[in-house]
Amino acid sequence: MSSGLIQLAWWELATGALLVVALAVVTHLGRLGLSRDLLVAAARMGLQLAIIGLVLEALFSVAAFQWVALMAVIMLLLAGREVMARQKRRMTGGWAFAIGTSAMFVSSFTVTVFALVIVIGPAPWYTPQYAIPLLGMLLGNTMTGVALGMDRLTDSAWRQRPVIEGRLMLGMTWSEAIGDLRRDAMRSGMIPIINGMAAAGIVSLPGMMTGQILAGSPPALAVKYQVLVFLLIAVGTGFGTVVAVLAASRRLFDERQRLRLERLS
Amino acid sequence: MNAPDANADRLRVQGLSIGALQDVSLDVAPGEIVCLSGESGSGKTRLLRAIADLEPHEGEAMLGKERRSAVAAHCWRGWVMLVPAESSWWADRVIEHFKEPVPGSLVAFGFGEDTLDWEVARLSSGEKQRLAVLRALSHEPRALLLDEPTANLDPDTTLTVESWLRDHVRAQRIPVIWAAHDRAQIERVADRHFTIRGAALEEESCRQD
Repeated sequence: MSSGLIQLAWWELATGALLVVALAVVTHLGRLGLSRDLLVAAARMGLQLAIIGLVLEALFSVAAFQWVALMAVIMLLLAGREVMARQKRRMTGGWAFAIGTSAMFVSSFTVTVFALVIVIGPAPWYTPQYAIPLLGMLLGNTMTGVALGMDRLTDSAWRQRPVIEGRLMLGMTWSEAIGDLRRDAMRSGMIPIINGMAAAGIVSLPGMMTGQILAGSPPALAVKYQVLVFLLIAVGTGFGTVVAVLAASRRLFDERQRLRLERLS
Repeated sequence: MNAPDANADRLRVQGLSIGALQDVSLDVAPGEIVCLSGESGSGKTRLLRAIADLEPHEGEAMLGKERRSAVAAHCWRGWVMLVPAESSWWADRVIEHFKEPVPGSLVAFGFGEDTLDWEVARLSSGEKQRLAVLRALSHEPRALLLDEPTANLDPDTTLTVESWLRDHVRAQRIPVIWAAHDRAQIERVADRHFTIRGAALEEESCRQD
């Protein structure tokens, strides 16, 4: 029995692709209207991952700080764009992008740097093999929390305008008037990661840990990494959601504490 | 009320513009009720919302010596309280929306002492409207902006509510701007009456037409 890596040849990937084509044929025959989407998504996935593979190969071989930083910034901006795209009623004037991106920057970047410098400690601390996957996992999850939280906040403010203004009319501050909506929004941003941690290992084996085991790492080490990553994700998502919802709720009011829903599209 | 104006203030609106209304000025004395009428869509509600500083607009307002622009917005709205035509209720029970109710006001409005324990979900629209006025009064405003406060009430209740309100604001020397469309009601409660015509308020001489 060997613990070395088993190589995957291109033709072996092709057999996987063949199975997807078979599935597409079945969905076509069943008139699900999905076969086109399925094939396009599979092709996109393959292409995107191939590109990121090349980028990572190049990045790992250079391993210079400025290139790692550039990669991190690009990932952050793409995540910010995704947060904006997931809002039903987004803030106009670039605020949806700005708030989402800065919230993710504050939480994901801080937590990643903290984990690299204090916990894992590769030398140098920005070693891309550690920095990029870690940041990617944090950004991906923080993005979900931030997007859910902001979407929930803006949508509920839109629906509950009479309640918010009714409270303002009684002399409440903007913060009191939107307090319960803000708490709900923060909660809905954090629930996925809490549920994810609760189900980890019982319902599903986390992808990162599985990948590490497949790559030959002893399960005990893989579990330790997964626990660390889960904790970091929880912290990053939590703080990111809190920051984004706080900033977005402030932006819903002006300097005279009026509710300004025309700032949403 | 030995010193009538000691703790009572005039409500003044200066050069206010919002929507079609341009450069509106109003001066309401303590205990005075100024009625505001106009066709629906003429901007009564927006004018009241602007005075309460709930919508962006131009102009200034003053309560006594205090300039609105120099006062935090939530303090201003706590002093100059708007009661909208459609009230909102957010908690489960009526009492959670109230501070200490004005003594005797619940009974005067046809409620009992147990009304505050009622569930909001079971209130009728007329009950909500009367309770919204009482809720505002329980927060002890120094001026009132009433937007059609009796629109959902039957004729008898309307008479009871409006006469209690009139007596209360006179006794407490609270300046009131009262949007109404019923001429008979305006004649009963108004000290002065303005109609919105186009971009301006026109004063009507009371007790004619």
